[in-house]
Order: sequence, then structure tokens, then C-alpha cells
Amino acid sequence: MPAVRGDGMRGLAVFISDIRNCKSKEAEIKRINKELANIRSKFKGDKTLDGYQKKKYVCKLLFIFLLGHDIDFGHMEAVNLLSSNKYSEKQIGYLFISVLVNTNSDLIKLIIQSIKNDLQSRNPIHVNLALQCIANIGSKDMAEAFGTEIPKLLVSGDTMDVVKQSAALCLLRLFRKSPEIIPGGEWTSRIIHLLNDPHMGVVTAATSLIDALVKKNPEEYKGCVTLAVARLSRIVTASYTDLQDYTYYFVPAPWLSVKLLRLLQNYTPPSEEPGVRGRLSECLETIFNKAQEPPKSKKVQHSNAKNAVLFEAISLIIHNDSEPNLLVRACNQLGQFLSNRETNLRYLALESMCHLATSEFSHEAVKKHQEVVILSMKMEKDVSVRQQAVDLLYAMCDKTNAEEIVQEMLAYLETADYSIREEMVLKVAILSEKYATDFTWYVDVILNLIRIAGDYVSEEVWYRVIQIVINREEVQGYAAKTVFEALQAPTCHENMVKVGGYILGEFGNLIAGDTRSSPQVQFELLHSKYHLCSAATRALLLSTYIKLVNLFPEIKNRVQEVFRADSNLRSADVELQQRASEYLQLSIVASSDVLATVLEEMPAFPERESSILAVLKKKKPGRIPDEVRESKSPLPNATPAPIINNIANTNSSSADLLGLSTPPGSTANTGNGLFDVLGDLYTTPKISPSTVPQNNIKKFLFKNNGVLFENDLIQIGVKSEFRQNLGRIGLFYGNKTQSPIQNVHPELHWTDLHKLNVQMKPMEPVLEAGAQIQQMLTAECIEDFPDTPSMSVSFIYNSVPQKISMKLPLTLNKFFEPTEMNGESFFARWKNLGGEQQRAQKIFKAQGSIDLAAARTKLSGFGMQLLDGIDPNPDNFVCAGIVHTRMQQVGCLMRLEPNKQAQMFRLTVRSSKETVSQEICDLLADQF
Amino acid sequence: MMQFMLLFSRQGKLRLQKWYVAHPDKLKKKITRELITTVLARKPKMCSFLEWKDVKVVYKRYASLYFCCAMEQEDNELLTLELIHRYVELLDKYFGSVCELDIIFNFEKAYFILDELVLGGELQETSKKNVLKAIAAQDLLQEEETPQGFFEDHGLG
Repeated sequence: MPAVRGDGMRGLAVFISDIRNCKSKEAEIKRINKELANIRSKFKGDKTLDGYQKKKYVCKLLFIFLLGHDIDFGHMEAVNLLSSNKYSEKQIGYLFISVLVNTNSDLIKLIIQSIKNDLQSRNPIHVNLALQCIANIGSKDMAEAFGTEIPKLLVSGDTMDVVKQSAALCLLRLFRKSPEIIPGGEWTSRIIHLLNDPHMGVVTAATSLIDALVKKNPEEYKGCVTLAVARLSRIVTASYTDLQDYTYYFVPAPWLSVKLLRLLQNYTPPSEEPGVRGRLSECLETIFNKAQEPPKSKKVQHSNAKNAVLFEAISLIIHNDSEPNLLVRACNQLGQFLSNRETNLRYLALESMCHLATSEFSHEAVKKHQEVVILSMKMEKDVSVRQQAVDLLYAMCDKTNAEEIVQEMLAYLETADYSIREEMVLKVAILSEKYATDFTWYVDVILNLIRIAGDYVSEEVWYRVIQIVINREEVQGYAAKTVFEALQAPTCHENMVKVGGYILGEFGNLIAGDTRSSPQVQFELLHSKYHLCSAATRALLLSTYIKLVNLFPEIKNRVQEVFRADSNLRSADVELQQRASEYLQLSIVASSDVLATVLEEMPAFPERESSILAVLKKKKPGRIPDEVRESKSPLPNATPAPIINNIANTNSSSADLLGLSTPPGSTANTGNGLFDVLGDLYTTPKISPSTVPQNNIKKFLFKNNGVLFENDLIQIGVKSEFRQNLGRIGLFYGNKTQSPIQNVHPELHWTDLHKLNVQMKPMEPVLEAGAQIQQMLTAECIEDFPDTPSMSVSFIYNSVPQKISMKLPLTLNKFFEPTEMNGESFFARWKNLGGEQQRAQKIFKAQGSIDLAAARTKLSGFGMQLLDGIDPNPDNFVCAGIVHTRMQQVGCLMRLEPNKQAQMFRLTVRSSKETVSQEICDLLADQF
Repeated sequence: MMQFMLLFSRQGKLRLQKWYVAHPDKLKKKITRELITTVLARKPKMCSFLEWKDVKVVYKRYASLYFCCAMEQEDNELLTLELIHRYVELLDKYFGSVCELDIIFNFEKAYFILDELVLGGELQETSKKNVLKAIAAQDLLQEEETPQGFFEDHGLG
């Protein structure tokens, strides 16, 4: 048994030895259970235990917990230890609590009391113990209990350095739990000035705190930039003897340097103060220069610490993205690391270069290292390093090197680790599409992908290749020829059959002139794969077959034979059975004209961001550079969806699987009933989910313009203006698709016309692809009204009837005229309107934490006059306004009182008319 | 910010665990189990960092013991490695050539030392001298107490 330090607990040491001597797991468990029973009986026994015994047993429980057993008692004894006057007992009590007590334990009140006592102690070691406990397990309750004391401890001149350090981190913990604990005001500058503290340990701890504060409120803490740069400058120019014990293996204060560099990454480069900016550049230069110096020690700790600072400096340079020299210098430095013998360094260099590749200043410099990076992808022994190399190749790819990089990635894919294959497939698919100058190359790449790693090719990838082929006439013949060849392999992946089936069904005719790929040959080739495929693929092939019938009437009999086969017509799979029987009927009943119309070539898909990219982003949030430079897609940009005025952009359907669910033919007016045969197969279910109304009417309480409704097909924007009791509302219908939207028919649903008269002007029934048309509405407020009028719009898109409904942004508050008044008259009127019939009041919970600035913005858009400096409590909002109706004008006053403690609001509205008070109150409640 | 630190042996036995984020016990156990398996499966020459779930794991083996920290994405990997080293140095200095057994038998001391170095997941004091001074001050307080349990433990109570 090794020597036990301090006063040691012999009983504990004996117990640990016993456990270690246990020959089997069972013996260990037996010994533990015996001990637990013993401790339990001691704790429950009549004989009162002294502090030492309590400490010993609590310690044993801790040890048992460490072995992986649950501990469900002893908490009370541990809490008792906190109030012991013996330090060692107190310390064990705190240890047990920080390891084993949950922040929501019901003991927390007792714990808080003990902490309070220890914070008052004159012995700084006791104070620190209490602070450490808060820093480790601090909760909202603790934030409330210690919110005033700890900031004082932190900035007081009397506080010892060690206590300050703990207090800083303690406050950080509480701030994370409840952000409002930081006092602000003059405290801000006092906290920032901790960066100047002579004690390096205090600065180190305080920097972490300031970093968190800055993240929450960068403007307020802006002053820290100058101080941080000054401090950093002193450190990097220090010789390693200057900082004594804060020098780590000849590197002056690496931890503090890194924290300061981190802190500066919360801001854009300090441009207002050229002096500060220059000084920072000097620091960064110095860090680079030091990296080039011969090492002062051969120890890995020396190089790690030095490089840690260097990497953080590079992060800052990338963040600032403003100094081309430094960026290129960073790139060269990282390039050296790529062939370093330390795996860690190579890993980090690849990761960091990935960020450099996204800056326009250093993109070219990164590309110089392409060969080494490709080697890393192939040769590294550690898969996580190979993964970084793949990420970097993806980030450095542009038009000039795309073919080579894609080729290398494809080659590597054959032997790549299973864990990274799927992601690599996505990356190859994206790069080859993005940088394709020749789409035959793109088609080759994707088919290769399917050949090499078919299992990892997700639906999105093969959907996308089809979408592109359909939209690009010049590549269709090539695609048909290539899939035809690919399908001739004796074994080919099912994904290949899907792509092949789809493309031949659409474009098989383009290669039918060649006798080697005559219609019969095409059909038999596809059909030879049929029996090996899953039901979903078979269903797709059946559609291909009927399309082939349309393209090549000469194989009709052969195809009908297949439809008629028992395995299809009587398939156990209902989808196959239905397709077989309906297609069979279609081929028998329909004339060739009808067939040609129904089975027409697929219309082009609307151009949009590749959904593959969305998949990749989802897989690795934050690790995919948003935009590689030069990212202008070679795809000619199709007319973008009409965007109304400067309304925020669309949320282009991430779930949409490339619109494959849209029916092939797009003609509704064949009118001979045949449409119904196919109707069942293709109609709505896939389209309708996207037409769920996205009409958040509440936001229009506070503004008059915006997007009222939007789905994949249509966008409806609104722009309105009001004067007195009249309003004009412009609705802007935008067609987001590539085909016309027909029979557009808006309809108003509003019965209270005698209160609010709304008139709708007629509009054009056809909305051409990509076009936008306007419709005007007028409104007159006759009397105050509750609720909001709604309307519906029905239309036909791709032969499918659609209907959307939404609320109109017409609420009573739109007819407000703001009224300015001083405090005296406000309160005089307020008092006058005190009757039961005139008041309405609601108390409601804040949405999230109370944000006064946001509340102010909202209120100023509501229509009433926001009156500042009237309410004695500056946090309260008071407003006044007049509601204009044809019948009368109604004066209206409002007061909104936030209660930060309870996170609640109290809203009071007073006016000369009860229904107005009520309605305004209803509208505003729950909006903050 | 550090989310947690684990010390475990080559056999996968947990020797110390310190959590700076609140997780239910069940989740902690699950994370511990999975992470230990993942780290033990890695080969010696592999890199010391790994992206694991949503954290960045930094680990290093010292003799029979693995030191393993889970950090957030923005934290500096190399310095975390050196933070581990600094902790090992502190243990070494305190125990005098520390070995796994010292940590097993004096796990509470290992915790106290860690608390001086890292607090609430953030680095508190990097100076070796200052940390050891703080620990020595604690030990001194302890020694001033009457060794009350001494007699009981020797069967004389």
C-alpha cells in the first residue's frame, strides 16, 4: 500500500486494498455490498458519529461511486460535513457534493447556507472551497443567492489573488446559468480592467469570464480589445525568463496567450484604432517569427505549447480575414506542418488549412499543397487524419482543380474506410456538379460513384443526377448511352438500375438508332435486372416500361406480356400490382396520341440548391465551409423565384426530394377520363405536405410589409398602408415554379363586413412561371372588430388542384393614430379610464427571457405612440393612440410592465370603449 | 470549456471522473463506457484528438493510465494536451513519481489538485508553484487538526 498523504484515513485505505485484492467481479460486488450495508447501519444507528467517521464513510461512498456503482444515500451526512470546523472534513463534504449532488437536489438550500457561511470566513482557503463548489455545481438558485456577493469579491481591492481567480470562474459559471447576474454599468469597466491585473493567474481566470460576457454583449465589453492586445503584446515579446512560473517549457504564458487570441476572435479587427490594429499585427508577426526559430527544447511540451499559440493566432487571422500577407504566411507555415512527424500537428494543420481555403486571400496558397494533401488522404494511418484531408480537398476544390481532386477522391473511395464513405460520396457528388464545365463528365463521375460505392449513394445523389440530365438537353443522349453501357455489367448496383431505368425511360429513344441498343435490347437489358431488385425499384422499372411503350410501339406486346405476368399483375405488393394493371390497361385502351400526352417527357425541374449539400451540412454542421470561393455554379441560374421587394428569402424546401413526385405529363385538359387512370399514381400526397400554410399572422401585428404565405409553389407577399379608418392592402402573388399556375382564385372569408368592410379587386387567373402579379384590397373600419379576416386562394398547378388559406394582416391596431402626450395628461386620462368597463388586463409569461429592446421595437411598430420618460419605472412601457372607426374615435392607453424576476409581463389597456380595450389587450398578450 | 475529464486504466477501469456539465447519471455512465472503449481501441501512433459526438476529445496515455478530456469545438487541442501534462506534473510532484496506485488510494487528493488547476471547466491557475502552494496550505490546515481518528483506526478507540 503506498504512503497515504495528509492525515489519511486508514479505514478507507484498508477498504480500497480489500477491493483490489478481490479475485473476481462477484467478490468485489460482495465486498462493496457489505461495506454499503455497514455504512448504512452506521448512518442510521443510534450512536452519533463524529466528524472523522462521517468523513471516512462519505469518502468510502465516493470511492464506491468511482467504481461505477450508484450511490443513493449519504448526501445528508456530506452536507453535515460542510459545517464542520475541521477543514479536512469540510473539504470531503464539498467533494462529495460536487461529485454526487444534482443541482436540483432538495438539499440545495442547506448547501447554499453552508456556502454562505464559508464565504464569510476570514480564511481564504475556506472561502475558496465555497467558491469552487459554486463554480463546479452552480445553479440558478445559487446565482440568486450569490449574485451580489461574488462580483464584489471579484473586483474588490482587498480580495486575495487566489480568491479572485476562483471568484472569476465562479461568476462565469453563474453567468452561464443565469445571464442577468452580471451587474453591468460601472462594473463593466472594472471587470475589463482585470486584464491589466499584475497577477497572471487572475488574468487567466478573468479572460475566460470576459470571453463569455463578450459573447453575450460585444458592444458593452468592446473596451477589452485594446487591453487584450496590450497584454498579448507584453507576453509575446517577453523572454521566457520574464514570466517565471507562467512560462511553460520556454513558452511564455501559452494558456493566457491562447485565451486572449480567442477573446479577440469575438470582434472584427480593431479598425477604428489603427494603433491597436498595428500592435496586434506585430504580435501575430512575432508569433510567426518565433515559430521559425530553432526550438529551445526538444521536449514535445515545448513544441506543443508554441504551436498551440501559433494555431490560435492563425485562427484569429482567418477570423479577421483582412490581412493577405498574414493569411499567406499562415498557409506556408501550415504547409510545413503537413509533413511533420507528429500526427497531431498534421491533423491540426489540415483542419486549419480547411478554413484558410475559404478565404479569397489564401485560397490559392492552399492549393499549392494539393499533392501533399492527396497523399495524406491516401497514406495517413489514422482515419481521423484522412478524414481531415478529405475535408480539406473538398474546401480547396475549385474550377481549376476539380477534375483532379474528384478523380483522386473517386480512386480513394475504393479502399476508403466505411466510416467516411457516405460523406465522401456526397462530397464527390457536390463537387462534380458544382464545377462541371462538361456535363458528360458529371454523368461519368456519378455513375462511377454508384459503381464504386453504390451502397453509400443516397437517394438524394441519384435523384440529383436525374434532375440534371432532364434539365440539360445536351447531355441526355450521352447519359442514355452511358447508363446503357453500365447496365451491361453482369452485376450492377441497384442504384444503377434505378438511374438506368429512369434515364432510358425518358431518353432511350436517343440511342435506339444503334442496333446494339435497339428498343428490344434496351428493354431486355433492363428487364434482366428486374428480378434481382427490390419492390421500389421494380415499381420504377414498370413506369419505365410503359414509357418505353410510348417511345417504341414495336415492343408493346412484349411489355404487355411482362405486365400480365402473374408476378406483377398478381403481385403481393400492392403498388406493383396496381402499376402493372393500370399500365396494362393504359397500353390497351389509350390511342397513341393519348399515350404520348400522358407519358410525355418529364418537364424540367426548377433549379435550386442541391439538396445533397443540405444533407452534407446536416451530417456535419459547422464543418462544411459554407461557400467555397469561386462557387458561382456553372449551371446557368434559372430565373429565381420572384422575391417581393426586399422580403427575406425563401426557405427552399430542404425535405423536397427533387420534385420526383410531380407527375410526368402535365396536361390536365386531355379530358377523356384517362387522366384518372394515372391520377392515383401520381397525385397529391407528396405535394400536399409542402402546402401546409406557413402564415404567421402575428408578426404582422407589428409591421405592414412581409411575406404572408409561402410554400414550394407560391409566395404571397403583402404591403399595406393605413390612414385614419381606411387601409389599402397590396397582395403580391409570385409563382416560384417553372410552370404556370392556373385558375388562381382568391376568396375572402369574413362575415363582420358591417364592422370592417373589405373589398377585393379581381385579378388575372393565370400566374406564369416565375412571374408575379398584384392584387389590391381596400378596407374600411366602420366599428371596432375582433379577430382577423381570412382568405383562401385556390389554383391549379401541374393539373393538381391546390388550396391555401391564410389570415389577412388586418387587425384593429392598424387603425391607430399615435398620440403624443406628457406624463401629467397621460396619468390624468389613465385615472379617468379606471372604470371596470374600460380596463382590460392580462398577465402572461415572457417568450424566452425578457428582451426589453425587442419589446420596444415591436411596440413601435404596433401603431400607438411609445411614451418615454413617463413611467417612474424605466423598464415599463406606456403608449397612447386613437383608434379611428367610421362611427367614432376611441382614445386608448396602454402600459406594459415586465417583471424580470418572474419572467412575466403585465399588460393593461384602458380606453373609453370596453370592446376596444379587450381587443387591443388580446392582440398584444403573449407577444413579448 | 472542458465538459468532463476521465482518468482510466488500460484495462478500462475508471479512476477519476470530473464533470463540468450537468448530465443525468445514466448518460454519464453511457458516455464514459463508450468513450473508454473508443479510446482504448486506438493505436499508439494515432492522433490524440478525435471528433466524438459533439465534443472534441483530447487524450494521452501516461504509463498505465489514460487522461481524457472532452472539450468544446473552439477549444485549443494542443493546449488541452498540455493541460493534461501539467496535471500529471502536479500529481507527480505532489506524490513523488506518481503511479496509478497513488491516484487510487488518494483519489480525493487527485480531485483537490484538479480543482486548483481547472475550475468549472475553465483553466484557473497554470503556475505549478502556485497550485502546489495552495495544496500545501490545505495540507497544513489538516495537520493542525487533532488526528482524532487515529486511535479508532488502530483499534484503540
